[in-house]
Amino acid sequence: MSGDHSDAAIARRVRRMETLLEEKGVLSGARLDEIIDASLSGASPANGARVVARAWTDPGYRRRLLADGTAAVRELGFMEGSYQRLRVVENTADTHNVIVCTLCSCYPLRLLGPSPSWYKSEAYRSRVVREPRTVLAEFGLELPAGTEITVWDSSAETRYMVLPRRPEGTEGLGEEELAALVTRNALIGTAAV
Amino acid sequence: MTDRFPPGTRVRTYDHDPAHHTRLPRYARGKRGVVVEPEGPAELADISAQGRGDAPLQQIYAVRFAARDLWGEGDHHVVLDLWESYLEEDPDER
Repeated sequence: MSGDHSDAAIARRVRRMETLLEEKGVLSGARLDEIIDASLSGASPANGARVVARAWTDPGYRRRLLADGTAAVRELGFMEGSYQRLRVVENTADTHNVIVCTLCSCYPLRLLGPSPSWYKSEAYRSRVVREPRTVLAEFGLELPAGTEITVWDSSAETRYMVLPRRPEGTEGLGEEELAALVTRNALIGTAAV
Repeated sequence: MTDRFPPGTRVRTYDHDPAHHTRLPRYARGKRGVVVEPEGPAELADISAQGRGDAPLQQIYAVRFAARDLWGEGDHHVVLDLWESYLEEDPDER
């Protein structure tokens, strides 16, 4: 198997395939753009943040979310029609979760939007499974020595999202204000809220 | 579909290097782990990625590995999603 995952090679291949699709009259460039736009429409980390804020404010929703992520996010209108399964993993006072796809770049697109380039980098993918504590510290997240870290490698059809810990001092905030605190990196597990 | 490996089963991943696509990453081959849960069946990617229409539907399991068993060091865990045919019951546990 080729271990070459450099962006340049993939980009060349994608361009070649686009050209072939167009030359053979299978699909026009404009139609392809429409399809890509449709699959990404509404895909943003704001979706994941909304799910988290609901889980922070509604204990019943939090339980459903952790038991069956796919069904729970569908309650809020996300991941309709997706064949993928979502599993939400919860950070606690002594456990921390972080997600990766070591084989390629699997990512819960509909809840987090397009993935950041570092998520697809060989450095992140190869290192976070081996030395997560060091990698997280490089992101500015220093975890106590006693915190148990689990790295979720999305190697099949399940996509993962992290439920971060609700920060202290946010008791008075409403769902929208809470959602505004949640960053994309917190949903991946490379930051806290 | 009955699950061959209930949660808590100690399993070992196969240690082979196929010529075709596989979703068993190299770093997790021939390693011991524990089944967390079945995740639902899907077509075996090793076959479907070859463009073949006869990919078997197989259960996928979330399997938890200790970093020490993967890398010889580290205090964290790694969970991978693995098709049933990548796994066998850990022979040392029978």
